[in-house]
Amino acid sequence: MMRHLISATDLTRDDAVLILDTAEELARVADRPIKKLPTLRGRTVVNLFFEDSTRTRISFEAAAKRLSADVINFSAKGSSVSKGESLKDTALTLEAMGADAVVIRHHDSGAPHRLATSGWIGGSVVNAGDGTHEHPTQALLDAFTLRRRLVGGASGGTGADLSGRRVTIVGDILHSRVARSNVHLLTTLGAEVTVVAPPTLLPIGVDHWPCEVSYDLDAVLPKSDAVMMLRVQRERMNAAYFPTEREYARRYGLHGARMARMPEHAVVMPPGPMNRGMEITAEVADSPRCTAVEQVSGGVSVRMAVLYLLLGGAPAAPARLTENLGDRA
Amino acid sequence: MSDSRRTLIRGAKVLGGRARDVLIDGETVAEVGNGLPAAGADVVEADGLVLLPGLVDLHTHLREPGREDSETVLTGTRAAAAGGFTAVHAMANTFPVADTAGVVEQVWRLGRESGYCDVQPVGAVTVGLEGKQLAELGAMHDSAAGVVVFSDDGKCVDDAVIMRRALEYVKAFGGVIAQHAQEPRLTEGAQMNEGVVSAELGLTGWPAVAEESIIARDVLLAAHVGSRVHVCHLSTAGSVELVRWAKSKGWQVTAEVTPHHLLLTDDLVRSYDPVYKVNPPLRTEADVLALREALADGTIDCVATDHAPHPHEDKDCEWGAAAMGMIGLETALAVVQHTMVDTGLLDWTGVADRMSARPAAIGRLAGQGRPVAPGEPANLTLLDPAHRAVVDPAGFASRSRNSPYRGRELPGRVVHTFLRGRATVKDGELA
Repeated sequence: MMRHLISATDLTRDDAVLILDTAEELARVADRPIKKLPTLRGRTVVNLFFEDSTRTRISFEAAAKRLSADVINFSAKGSSVSKGESLKDTALTLEAMGADAVVIRHHDSGAPHRLATSGWIGGSVVNAGDGTHEHPTQALLDAFTLRRRLVGGASGGTGADLSGRRVTIVGDILHSRVARSNVHLLTTLGAEVTVVAPPTLLPIGVDHWPCEVSYDLDAVLPKSDAVMMLRVQRERMNAAYFPTEREYARRYGLHGARMARMPEHAVVMPPGPMNRGMEITAEVADSPRCTAVEQVSGGVSVRMAVLYLLLGGAPAAPARLTENLGDRA
Repeated sequence: MSDSRRTLIRGAKVLGGRARDVLIDGETVAEVGNGLPAAGADVVEADGLVLLPGLVDLHTHLREPGREDSETVLTGTRAAAAGGFTAVHAMANTFPVADTAGVVEQVWRLGRESGYCDVQPVGAVTVGLEGKQLAELGAMHDSAAGVVVFSDDGKCVDDAVIMRRALEYVKAFGGVIAQHAQEPRLTEGAQMNEGVVSAELGLTGWPAVAEESIIARDVLLAAHVGSRVHVCHLSTAGSVELVRWAKSKGWQVTAEVTPHHLLLTDDLVRSYDPVYKVNPPLRTEADVLALREALADGTIDCVATDHAPHPHEDKDCEWGAAAMGMIGLETALAVVQHTMVDTGLLDWTGVADRMSARPAAIGRLAGQGRPVAPGEPANLTLLDPAHRAVVDPAGFASRSRNSPYRGRELPGRVVHTFLRGRATVKDGELA
């Protein structure tokens, strides 16, 4: 296992399956009365958030705490960072405090990469979303959810990848770090990915991505085992990416009639947070096909797995972990 | 300084040709021949060395006044001399902006005091580089600084009417507008070349069309009003095609390319190391090859460094927060040798043309970019093309260290630089 998790491209198929399998193991902790393992006792995990993201931060916080790590939440707002302190000086401060891992959310693409490679800190760096670049743990939890739903079985699909599963990602691909990470990770796991968006919301160069590209949601839906809806910020309209919210919803939103075009087993992964009525109607969001709630619990398990493998894990981690669990069970 | 100095350069390959002796007497080249007597002269043994006219840079940021933490006229001209330059054009985006006779004269005077190379100030086209009101171009031309080149470099003169008027106005005194071609709306928040790599890295793209659309407009404007336009740091294959077309029409269009655009590509941005952040951004391999070819065939007139010093903290940070620009004076000749000479695209006569004669002609600099011949000013650069070294910015004369070539092996070494007969660099060291 590597020292940092910056990009989904850092992960081989076996790495990714190992993380998902480890997450399955760790998910069982959540079913116990005491949801805590001693694995990272005495280790310090810093949540360094330069952007507000309550969901992601509390997910990492819960993950670290369930592994008994000490957690420091460092929010850029109201801290020295908002008074102009550089990322470097912030990093040096965290290093001096003995951070074993820094979970970073940053508005600039590449900031986690920089933190990991600049020599400012010695600990592990986990990318919790950087600009419009990547959000690898989000992709891992999406893959975790997809594996449970589409591969399933009693073991949640342990050991399996997503070979042959067809995943469609819809929305603001251009600005989406979730899309970038998912295209890489799901492809690595053997899935066939199609991205769907108006041409204005696809990056120049998307033709080099390992996925299909379509402008036509209705044509793609019948061939999809899962449809992942990305959040579309209303501000994009002002920059002429699309004419109006209504037009966007008509052409690229997921509503009941569209959902009916999907195969019966197909699932819908809503954006979080979602704009009901824009990317997705209430009918779809509240349907049993929608994976919103399980994505939240899966997110904690996957982040536990990442922290465990980066900080405490060894190549034979799942077996050893199982023993540990067995000891305490 | 005495004018009685005599220096004999013995056995140098003049413009890369046959070995000749060159005798410098005072400020001028006295004789070029074989077996010239050394009597009373300092002798420079130049066996295997190439003698070029002193290099001329059309595009240098000396940062003074205002950003003396990154460079001063003194440190910048020392860097220039170390790189084999005898004249540099100092860009106008200082603090205050060089948009008045007073500021350009100050920079010009600082250059005279430095003594390491001639400093020809560039005047701003518009007041404060704001693109709204023409600066007093005539007053800057008439000042002691004698400004000929005007540029809002760092910003594009994007208003078509202002650009037209500027082009027309400078005809009265033979001026030229050097355009930083960047359509501002197409490049809002732009961080790197728009293409395959930007799509992957999630960095806002700076599309080639933002440069090309301005160049297309400006060559048409220059043709319409019969004036001279110069394209700064041309960076795309499409821009080459536009300039080639404009030249085929006989229009007065010239263009420069930076050394870094001749060598580096946007693949380097995958490191997210801001030392590779520059404006215009590093482009693709196809662009690099087109630029080399265009420099070789003369479509691109000259190499200009766009030497852009920045303090360490402005590069020791995340990509989005970093300043744009790289230093280049001390590596320009090495990069040109590496990309153009060692590849067989250009001989040393061509290098003399693209790095000395043509930029001097565009800037109408008297006494620079002249042939190595009796009676000409002794502005000369002597280099060792066989030398190879790994670039270490720690040894640079520039005050800044933001070189993209750190750790890269490059050929060639400037051994001597002569400014009007006086050595500013001697045996590879600043004099």
